Order: sequence, then structure tokens, then C-alpha cells
Amino acid sequence: MAHAYTPGLKVSSRTIFRKERRLPLKGEVLVKVGDTIEAEDVIARTELPGNVQTMNVANKLSVLPEDIERHMTVKLGGWADKDEIIAETKTFFGLFTSRCRMPVGGTIESVSSITGQVIIREKAIPVEVNAFVDGKVVEVFENEGVLMETDASFVQGIFGVGGEVSGPLHVVASRPDEVLTPGQITPDMKGKILLAGSLITMEVFNKARDVGAKGIIAGGLGDADLRNLLGYDLGVAITGSEDMGLTLVVTEGFGQMTMADKTFDLLKSKDGVKTSMSGATQIRAGVIRPEIVIPLGKGTGGMSEDVLKSSSGLTIGTAVRVIREPYFGAIGKVTALPPELQVLKSEAKVRVLEVEFGDGSRSVIPRANVELIED
Amino acid sequence: MSKDPENIQSIIATDCGSTTTKAILIEKVGDEYRLVVRGEAPTTVEAPFEDVTRGVLNAVGEVEDLTGRTFIKDDRILTTREGKDGVDLYVSTSSAGGGLQMMVAGVVKEMTAESAQRAALGAGAIVMDVIASNDKRQPHERIQRVRALRPDMILLSGGIDGGTTTHVAELAELIAAADPRPRLGVGYQLPVIFAGNVDAREIVKDRLEGKTSLDITDNLRPVLERENLQPARLRIQEQFLEHVMKQAPGYGNLLKWTMVPVMPTPAAVGSIMQLIAREEGIDVVGVDIGGATTDVFSVFGEVFNRTVSANLGMSYSISNVLAEATVPNILRWVPFDVDEADLRNRVKNKMIRPTTIPQTLEDLMIEQAMAREALRLAFDQHKLLAVGLKGVQQERTISDTFEQTESGGTLVDMMALDILVGSGGVLSHAPRRVQAAFMIIDGFRPEGITQLAVDSIFMMPQLGVLAQVQPKAALEVFHKDCLIKLGPCIAPRGTAKAGTHCLDVKIEKADGSKEEMSVNFGDMAVIPLGVDEKARATISPSRRFDVGLGNGKEIHTDIYGGVVGIIIDCRGRPLALPEDREERVRKLTEWNKALGVYPET
Repeated sequence: MAHAYTPGLKVSSRTIFRKERRLPLKGEVLVKVGDTIEAEDVIARTELPGNVQTMNVANKLSVLPEDIERHMTVKLGGWADKDEIIAETKTFFGLFTSRCRMPVGGTIESVSSITGQVIIREKAIPVEVNAFVDGKVVEVFENEGVLMETDASFVQGIFGVGGEVSGPLHVVASRPDEVLTPGQITPDMKGKILLAGSLITMEVFNKARDVGAKGIIAGGLGDADLRNLLGYDLGVAITGSEDMGLTLVVTEGFGQMTMADKTFDLLKSKDGVKTSMSGATQIRAGVIRPEIVIPLGKGTGGMSEDVLKSSSGLTIGTAVRVIREPYFGAIGKVTALPPELQVLKSEAKVRVLEVEFGDGSRSVIPRANVELIED
Repeated sequence: MSKDPENIQSIIATDCGSTTTKAILIEKVGDEYRLVVRGEAPTTVEAPFEDVTRGVLNAVGEVEDLTGRTFIKDDRILTTREGKDGVDLYVSTSSAGGGLQMMVAGVVKEMTAESAQRAALGAGAIVMDVIASNDKRQPHERIQRVRALRPDMILLSGGIDGGTTTHVAELAELIAAADPRPRLGVGYQLPVIFAGNVDAREIVKDRLEGKTSLDITDNLRPVLERENLQPARLRIQEQFLEHVMKQAPGYGNLLKWTMVPVMPTPAAVGSIMQLIAREEGIDVVGVDIGGATTDVFSVFGEVFNRTVSANLGMSYSISNVLAEATVPNILRWVPFDVDEADLRNRVKNKMIRPTTIPQTLEDLMIEQAMAREALRLAFDQHKLLAVGLKGVQQERTISDTFEQTESGGTLVDMMALDILVGSGGVLSHAPRRVQAAFMIIDGFRPEGITQLAVDSIFMMPQLGVLAQVQPKAALEVFHKDCLIKLGPCIAPRGTAKAGTHCLDVKIEKADGSKEEMSVNFGDMAVIPLGVDEKARATISPSRRFDVGLGNGKEIHTDIYGGVVGIIIDCRGRPLALPEDREERVRKLTEWNKALGVYPET
């Protein structure tokens, strides 16, 4: 009965990290297979059709919709600047003229003889996609983007807010259970991604933003603070487009949460190394978790591939993390997997396992309430 | 499906929920079909699997472990029976994609646009926004909205047959100009369903064909007085199956495995609720509370309504329940002190780790408090949508004068309701059945005499899809193994001062034994009466209370028991909990004790 288990989040010191980088619309790919590029380099570019404005020209000129085409001075597909006349009527031997001017600069996209409506398309908006991580282009998707590959340390967060950033990792906390104070955030942290301990407080967040840091990684974040940061209660967890000034990634959960030793030690060993990070999270079908990627750089080749792989499931000795009260965050090893259902304090009859924690104590936990610690 | 339904001996049915995948094994024992075992496993739409069939195999793997038999071969469900191994039939429902996210557009917000919204909700969709010619937004604002939301589908309605085509043309032009891109997949055309004025079909085709995957169906409001939602609903479901569901990780594989098309979970549960109403000729309200969505169904006077509250649920959507209900409304159901910051963190942690379950009693109480609010909010939404037609001249009598609403009132009549049925993990898996009964009562607030029932182990979705192929098996399992009768709830309408006399109940059982009880306002009580045990009840409300015949009017009726018994709820309707925190905790504890809801600590 080892089928029902929750795969854990990935924390790996060496892995082949691959990432698709695609344009939202088809466009031009600027790099080729084999190119070695940096996180900030643009790999593909396109132009999004501009915003659309509508104007009922027939109403403005007081003519019938079926007549507007002959009153248009700028024809279908033509460009006109803001305030330029695009249609006019002359009546009474040309003494009275009604004119219609462009509300914005744009192209005349359609002229409707049914509604009298003219649709104006504003200037195209350029859209670019960068590489996100330092690495190599291993595949090009024609007109769409590329597949980037890099030999990297990789940490999946549980929740994040804010978009993609990259910069040197700066270790601020000395222990995984430390709660930083604003005084520990200094101006030299500008442009960096900060490693905090068990909690990001509002004060620390504000100070980090003020000094120009690019991101913060911590074990936990209080939901009340999240609400203050966003300005609203986050109902459905779809994040990544917030503009808060810096990106946050939480590795354990909500509230003060000591960061797992393995995660903290790995990140601590990367002090000063260029790191790419994304806070984008979507907790629904097709889940997206935040990512922290630290490329290992040149001269580290020759390793075997260790891409994300499915786990073999729960067995005796498997390392697990408890992910619900009353032992939330505790880490231990599975010591028993009794097949029969057991009754919890809540009186629910569920499948359980026995875990031995680091201090040697043992507890019985529902199998649904642990996650595997992935290598 | 090529197999003869008569020769089907063994069936596996799965339901891929947003959080959990459930598998049941049904087999023919003698002449009847019975549930054998059930297995479940987390739904695997997340990395590293990102394939829903992995969760299906894991859940069926549990069934294998429990029976000691083989149902999986070469990482597929074995759909040929070889001795004790394999099955004759495999069917599945799914809501793993987290529902269907749609936009609807219509000419007049209160009329065709509202009909379109009802059509979309009835088809199991989430309506992200309603665009109407009179919604007071600028055209470019509407266009930007379409672009930003990236819906899975758009339902365009507008105009009665023979009516305006100008506004419909305008809406089609807006959609075309927005050039909407679906959330899933590059190079995929967004389905747009047109269910409006027949005279506007060519105009709509002219503007949208080629730019979108346009599908034209019957007008959902052909004349002002009549809605015709069914064709649009069916088309939405078809498009959902054809276009949206497949896009979720691994659906392509699942569709290849099942012998009949995978059915969306709300459609399957809806068909079961209709079955209950049809079989007994009664008014039914049902609910399926899931991880991402809560679906409410009602049949009143043979009119079926289904609504999907796409962002109310117990795992993925639990944080939205908190956001919509607000903290004080959650805490009013919790019989002990909880720090607000702690509650917020607990709820968010459940959202980010949706498969976890309460281990402690306190955690269970908080989860059940959340469920009460999710049920209440979903039912409020249902009542709002299950309404009579707007724009229709209604005859009113003098007595209606003070109850006149702006438009058609809700069809939901809690006093007329015969049975309330609950399904979904939090109700089906509540450690005590009385907990499910209590959550249903607090969420739905039945009035008068209402039978309560719960899905035994959360298998209504699977039986709903099975009923399409092998109705005999679905019905037999439904009656024998699925529907658990909890007992009737007697809840008088009215309010009074706490402690004043509210109700007398006399019960005469078939064996001649009698029981009498007098209950004061603000109290709850339970009288034991076993499943299907019949009793003659005399219910005498005091003069300020009504149990169905009017204030103070006595009722004599036959009632049937259930696993909980007869629940007497004299907390009044509308239900108001004590404002004072200490008094509220005292009353909650008292009610829980009276009904034996939680173990004594």
C-alpha cells in the first residue's frame, strides 16, 4: 500500500536543469542550438498586436452605418496619428463639416457597415523572452523559443510571489531557524537574492526592497503579512505577476518555519554565486512551484544526468517531512508502514506510518501528512 | 463500448478529483451488483508525474492490494477479465482540471447575458466575467478583459430570435478584435459557442470563423418568456470534453483507457441527484464539496438546476473560502479560541499542501467550520441562480406585495424541500456521520421536516457515469452501498427569546414504543430512530414557529429514521448564532454535546 504518498519538493545539489522559454505568440528566435548564453540575454522576440479602441464613426458624423466607408479619409489598414482626421462629411455645399479624429495613434483595423463602428489597433507592443538561466541552448522551437539547459543546483519552493529575477545569492541568516531583523539588511545587498532563515517579516521585506535587493528566500511567511504585501486576501493561489519590488520564495510554508537543513546548507554553500529565481506559483491542475536555480558554471561537467524522476514511493527508511500539525515541519525517517487503517485523535480511520524524528522520538502520522524528501 | 451490459460482472470506476483520485470496484454477486472495495491516491497533475493516469493507477493499485487481485497490466487497467483478474468495464469522471473557466457575452446583462451565465454554470463552468452591451464598460476595456483572463471557452448569446442583430455583431467584433488566446497550448483555437438570435448566425460566422473554433447552437433565449438552455449546456459539455479536459496533463491517455467518454464530475453527480428526485417524486437539494469546487444541485417541481462554485472547496480553493467568508464567519463555528494569524496560516498551508488531512480533533473542527462556510456560500450562489425567468410579466396578488423582488425569485424553497444529500470528502469521510449531518444543517439551514443523507464513501461521481452505461449496476450500488440515510431534521421557522418554549415532538414507533420531547428555542436534540425505521410523529410548534403548515400549526406525519436519528434544531430560522464570543462557544459546545458530534475530551 505504498501508492498514496505525496512526492516532495526537489532539493538537489547537482542536476540537469532544463527550462522551456517560449513567446506567448509566434515570433523570431534570436539564438541557435549550442549557443552559451546568460540569464539576461534575449532569446526570442515578437510584437503583440496593439490594444484596440473602438469608435462609432457613424454616430459621430450622424450618417447611416452603411455610408461610413465613403466618408472615411483614412482607409482600411491605413495608419493615422492621434487627433488626425479619419472621416468627415460635408453638407450644405461644404459649409458645414463634421470631422472624426483619432483618439490614439493606430491602424484602422475594421470598418463595420452594420454598426458604424471603427476598430483602431494601437502600435504593436514588443515582447521579448530572456534565457532565465545561464546555460546552453539545446533545442530551438521554430518561431516560438528555446529549451535551455544548465548544470545546476536546484531548489523548488512551496510558494512564491513576484516574477523572474537573477543576481548573486547573499547569505544573510546564519541558521535555518533565524528570524532576520531589518538591521541585518544593508545597502551592499542591492541587486542580490537574500537567504533569510525561518520567516520573512514585513520590516525585513520593506528594508530589502528599499536597499534594492532582487529577492528573498525563507522558510516561512505569515499569511497576514502576505495580505499586507499584496493589499488583498489571496483567494486562489495564482501568482508571478505581482509588482512588489522583489520576488519572494518560501520553502516550507506559512508561519514561522525553520528551513530544512538540507535546503539551507545547500543555499548557504552558494554564497555569492549567480542565482536565477522565479516566484511564479499556480496551485491548481498543472501546478507551478517557485524555482531557485544556481548554475554550477564552467568546468563542472562529466556528471551523470539527474533530471526530475519519479520516486519509488514510501519504504522503511525513506526520509520524510511532516506537512501538517501537530508535527508540521519535523523531519524523520519511516520506521513502520502498517497496512491496516488506524484511528487518529480526530477519530478518522486512515493509513498511517511511523516516523522516527532526529531526537529519536517516534510518532504515528497519517500517510497523507508527510512528503518525501527528494534527492 | 462493445460489451453486452448483461454480461458485465466486474467494473472499475474512477473519479479524478482536483486533489484525490478515487477508485471503486463493483461486482455482480448473485443477481445484484455490489461495491467490493475502494482505493484512493493523490491526483497526479503535479511534477514529477504530471499525468493524471498515474494517480488512477495508484488508486487502482490500492484496490489490488485490498483484494489481492490484479487489475493493472503494463501500466494500464486490465479491461479483459481473466479469472479473478481484470474487469469488464472501466469508466471515469474527472474534475482534475479544476473546472472550466469561461466568459459569457450577451446583449442585455439582466436578460440574455444572465441566461447565458445560467447555461454556462449549469454546464459545470466557472464564469470569469459577463460581458454585456449594457455593462457600462468601454469596448476597449472589455477587449482587454478578454485578453487578460484567457478563458477556456466563450459563450456568446444575444437577442431573441428575430430581434436585434446589431448588438450581437458588436459583441462578435469585440471578441474577434481581442483575438483571445486560450490558457492552454500555443496554436490552439479558442472554442466560441454562439447561442443567440438565429438571424445573427451569418454575421457571427463572418466575424469569428477562422479566428476561433466557432460552434453554433440553438438560441438559449429564443423568446423573452422562455429559456432554452439545454442545447447550449450540452454544447459546452461537448466542447469541454473535446477541447479543455484533454489539455490537462495525461488526459489524452485516460480518454484512451475508458470504454465510454470521461464525464465531468458535476455532470455525473447531477444525474444521480436527478435520479433520486425522479425515483421518489420529491424535491431534492444536493451538494458535492470537493477540493477545488463545490457543486450544488436542486430539483424543485421537476426543474433541475446545477451550479458550480468554482472557487469554493476544501483544499485548492480553501483560501478563497476564507477570503470570501471572512475570518469572523469561520470562527463563529469553532468551539474554542483560535488566534486569527494561526487560522490564516493553517488555511494557507492546507492550500499549498492540499492532500493533507486533520490529525488532531482541533484541526478537524476548524476544517469542518471551513466546510460550513463553503457550503453556505455555494448554496447562496445556487439560490441566486436557480431563479424564475426575468423579463416576464408575473402575476402578483395582494399578499405578494411585501415580498416582491425586482425580478424572478429563487426556486429554492427550504420548507418544501424533501431531502438534502451531501457528497464530497469532508462530508463522506467525516469520522462521525452526525458531523456530516451537522455541517449540512449549518450550511443549508433546512426548514420544516427534511430528510438528510450522505454519500457513504464519496462515490456518487463514479455511479453517475456508470449509470450512463450500466444503470442497473449504478442503481443497485447507489441504494445498497452509497446513500446513507442520516435521519430527518426538524427545524421550525421563526425566532424567539432564548429559553422560551419552541416545539413538542411525540414519536410512536412501529413496535408501539413512544417518546416525547419538549425543546426550547436555542436548543438542539436528537431522538434515536434507526435506518428505515418508520414512526408516527406529532410535531407541535408554539405560536411563533412554523414547521410547514403555518405558525403554531401541528403536524402529524410518518417519518423514517437514519444512522443519526431525528435531529431537532430549535436554533430558529433565520439561524443566528450568539454575538457574544463566550456565549457562542458555550452554545456550540452544548449543541455538539447534545448531538454527540465530537468525542468528549
